[in-house]
Amino acid sequence: MKIYLKFDFNKTCKKVLEDCFNQLGVTYTISGLGEVDIENPLNAEQLEWLQTTLNSYGINIIDDEKSALVQRIKDTITEMIYLDEKAKLYKVSTYLSDKLNYSYNHLSNVFSETTYSSIENFVILKKIDYAKTLIAENNLTLTEIAFRLNYSSVAHLSGQFKKTTGLTPSVFQRIIMKRKELS
Amino acid sequence: MNTNFMHIVLADDDEDDRLLFSEAIEETKVESKLSLFHDGQQLMDYLHSTNSLPQLIFLDLNMPIKNGMQCLKEIRNCPKLKDLCVAIYSTSSSEFDIEETFINGANIYINKPNNFTELCNAIEKVLQMNWQYHTSSLNKDNFLLRI
Repeated sequence: MKIYLKFDFNKTCKKVLEDCFNQLGVTYTISGLGEVDIENPLNAEQLEWLQTTLNSYGINIIDDEKSALVQRIKDTITEMIYLDEKAKLYKVSTYLSDKLNYSYNHLSNVFSETTYSSIENFVILKKIDYAKTLIAENNLTLTEIAFRLNYSSVAHLSGQFKKTTGLTPSVFQRIIMKRKELS
Repeated sequence: MNTNFMHIVLADDDEDDRLLFSEAIEETKVESKLSLFHDGQQLMDYLHSTNSLPQLIFLDLNMPIKNGMQCLKEIRNCPKLKDLCVAIYSTSSSEFDIEETFINGANIYINKPNNFTELCNAIEKVLQMNWQYHTSSLNKDNFLLRI
């Protein structure tokens, strides 16, 4: 015997969600497909149960709050390096926690979890990226760049540049110049 | 996490190298899908015909039919492919070769390491750096990395 089916997907999904959340025993409203408001925050155990249960239906919980926070951390670091003159006076950790109103510990954990990299590494990457732009476009000397990016010495900047890119600043400059000639 | 999923291709004519490379990719934390090619022509045919371009291409320099340098130049001169991130993966450690590939548009140069642990570390570093360049508004024109 064969039976033929027709689906109302909205209703199917809604029913799945209702069943899950009822079983969880929390007060909730389904505020649209893909968004559920829960009255009280879930504890770790409940969240894990919910994740596993929803997963078995092919539904994933999006960690969007985390991705959003990571984006804000990156933006703040960029702003700090590129724009904020006064930022030189602060440590990165203090600057971030002041601007974003979270403990640095929390920010650092979320960042590492989501990006496989640390805030410290990202700051270095961003600073070296800026140094590259300055070398390639403005023809500034390393001494000037070191000062602008708040390095204690040219040697420190060169060292970090070499460690991050595998190239010395002068080799980098030569390659970029030859590339420009070629194009 | 879906956003961390990375599509990678490798063109290398040496079967052992391909095998080691795919094992090393599996060791890394970054989730990825790897496609393998055994010469440059096969890779270019694939790149020209596919709709979903990879995020990262590893090219051996010495390959039959079409070598790595020819592929690199072809990629940089093709409007569809020119923004791809290209890593050269070669045994040559001549400074001339290295600079030549960078000048012609390579983003990354990896000397094939002698042992598996070093290979894993190198790949891990490349994937992380590449991922940062894809997600963090860094200037891709200046993306050069030598390992």
